[in-house]
Amino acid sequence: MKTFRIGGVHPAENKLSAGKAIEILALPKQAVFPLSQHIGAPATAIVKKGDVVKVGTKIAEAGGFVSASIFSSVSGKVNKVDAVVDASGYRKPAIFIDVEGDEWEESIDRSPVLVRECNLTPEEIVAKVKNAGIVGMGGACFPTHVKLSPPPGCKAECVIINAVECEPYLTADHRLMLEKADEVLVGVSILMKAAKVTKGYIGIENNKPDAIKLMAQKAIQYPGIEIVPLQVKYPQGGEKQLIDAVIGRQVPAPPAIPINVGAVVQNVGTAFAVYEAVQKNKPLFERIVTVTGKSLKSPSNFLTRMGTPMSQLIDAAGGLPENTGKVIGGGPMMGKALVNTEVPICKGSSGVLIMNDKEAARAEAQPCIRCAKCVSVCPMGLEPFLLATLSAHKDWERVEKEDVMSCIECGSCQFTCPSHRHLLDYIRLGKGTVGGIIRARNAKK
Amino acid sequence: MANKLIVSLSPHVHSGDSVQKNMYGVLVALIPALLVSFYMFGLGAVVVTLTSVAACVFFEWAITKFILKRERSTICDGSAIITGVLLAFNLPSNLPLWIIIIGALVAIGVGKMTFGGLGCNPFNPALVGRIFLLISFPVQMTSWPTVQQWISYTDATTEATPLALMKMAVKGDVNALEQLPETLNLFLGNNPGSLGEVSALALLFGLGYMLWKKIISWHIPVSILATVFVCAGLMHLVDPVAYASPLAHLFTGGLMLGAIFMATDYVTSPMTHKGMIVYGVAIGFLTIVIRLFGAYPEGMSFAIFIMNAFTPLINTYCKPKRFGEVVKK
Repeated sequence: MKTFRIGGVHPAENKLSAGKAIEILALPKQAVFPLSQHIGAPATAIVKKGDVVKVGTKIAEAGGFVSASIFSSVSGKVNKVDAVVDASGYRKPAIFIDVEGDEWEESIDRSPVLVRECNLTPEEIVAKVKNAGIVGMGGACFPTHVKLSPPPGCKAECVIINAVECEPYLTADHRLMLEKADEVLVGVSILMKAAKVTKGYIGIENNKPDAIKLMAQKAIQYPGIEIVPLQVKYPQGGEKQLIDAVIGRQVPAPPAIPINVGAVVQNVGTAFAVYEAVQKNKPLFERIVTVTGKSLKSPSNFLTRMGTPMSQLIDAAGGLPENTGKVIGGGPMMGKALVNTEVPICKGSSGVLIMNDKEAARAEAQPCIRCAKCVSVCPMGLEPFLLATLSAHKDWERVEKEDVMSCIECGSCQFTCPSHRHLLDYIRLGKGTVGGIIRARNAKK
Repeated sequence: MANKLIVSLSPHVHSGDSVQKNMYGVLVALIPALLVSFYMFGLGAVVVTLTSVAACVFFEWAITKFILKRERSTICDGSAIITGVLLAFNLPSNLPLWIIIIGALVAIGVGKMTFGGLGCNPFNPALVGRIFLLISFPVQMTSWPTVQQWISYTDATTEATPLALMKMAVKGDVNALEQLPETLNLFLGNNPGSLGEVSALALLFGLGYMLWKKIISWHIPVSILATVFVCAGLMHLVDPVAYASPLAHLFTGGLMLGAIFMATDYVTSPMTHKGMIVYGVAIGFLTIVIRLFGAYPEGMSFAIFIMNAFTPLINTYCKPKRFGEVVKK
């Protein structure tokens, strides 16, 4: 079975909510939309206090080409434009909307009928995707229309759909494939058309045999789409790892991007959002979120309106347990520990993970015994022990020389380290600093 | 509730691996060889092993507490026990107690704690101890008791080891190699030598266990053994009277012990698979060179010691293959 070639680990999968069908979460009382919930420039608010909005009304305009518009997920009145603590832990500007009723924009097609035909040109599709505010739904939140507009001189050869869901615990993508297989496949076809390619691959890890079977059965009716079962290995959902696993090509070190090897990678959730935007005129304002954790009463998958506070999802899954030590936005390998449970669901929120105080505590770091396990698990072929040490010594020149910018922050090194060293903390410090140095250098030129 | 949440960077889960697990895993892997040494050398083996382990653990504890004045003792991590066992494995079973204790002091004190303790030492501590004793007490360190004198210690009768015979052959004794024990006996360990090194079979069990538990990777032991086999094989083809067969080289002396347990020491071996192979090939080559052309009959410990010194250099030049490098070229 296919997989990527370098490194990788296999954390306990803990897919507690895999068997739970998607439930529709009740509307929040107030929805909060941070203006910066994607990579690139923040969006600009186009509503003000007192404005009345409907479900699907654009409330913030993209702040540039690499940016994305934001749409209201609720109907009601704008309460204020103010700062809110988002998943990053920083206070960021956001639009607060008090919910009244549930009135949708008329342009949105709310019928459950599958619309398969799409007669738009690639340019029209990209424009529609852009106008729906779609970003990568796997967590990185890179604006989708940018990925579909290759830089001059680059030509896409295939679309690769990331349905790997290699993060432990998360099951949102898994449930989406089981319950919306046709919609996803139409979405993939549209993405292929937009990228002007005839070949599409959907990479699914082998721990979801039901999804592989169903998608393979349905894919027969969609020309050019191939389901690729993959060996279970983290971080296979990393863009570069997925391309390597599916078509056996390795994207060179930054600044090279996937299109340089002819690949356009999109998340399966993004494919579904593209289907809804293009075929149903529905902008991106809701998504599937897994709420999970061993101490939680009923781990579930919820179809959630953006802006809903995470506390509402946790309550719907049985409430926050007494012994909670950590609440994580996303999965346990790359998710962010939240400062409070009022953080709103954003476009990239794939899950909410509750850890009890025992699971949450970090073990004390011991001296490095130079066992080299971090080197052998690094999927980018780096030397985490060295990068961490050099970063701790602030030797930025050597940190850069040792390719710190190639680090994808997957955490495999720290996961594996027998000495429980905080490798990735230091590597992030190094990567952040070196990134700043490189930007400053480029700005001078 | 909110003010009680822990906020830290990802990853939020851990494999559950620990220093202790790896160290105790190595100790488990040493058990077969330990049992063989008890069977072959009886009381002497028990006394030497216990003394060595007790002395190593004591010196680590005492140095940590009284000289480094650290709050937390590191003796629970198991590394001092491993050093103790490995040092004992490198000693003859009739070595007097006081020499063992000196060896343990040098191994832990000079070899390890001087540099700051676990993870900081450039040389394998047990090897530092062994080489110090070999140079300081050459007579005691090179008289090996005949096997299966179960209740003897320093009074055991001694005899020449297979390695000594092999050295005599190289020096021109045409009958020496004929006196070598059968290869099967060498493999099982039924011949004189240092405590833990005699049974290749028991050591290979240890290797299998460590590979299965993913404590070590195959690169170092396999590259050492393969290099020794090839180099010794070539010399054997050139002159079978002077140079023993490659299997005799593999199964005698400290080769298996060194390749499986000493050279693979985490702290003092290279960090990349490429580097591990360079390191292993160099150790194998140096061992044969010393065995055939050097003054000492055994070259394993010197070879590892020399390559320990080269490990930082190997780490600098043997980088792992970066992701995407394939396409670039």
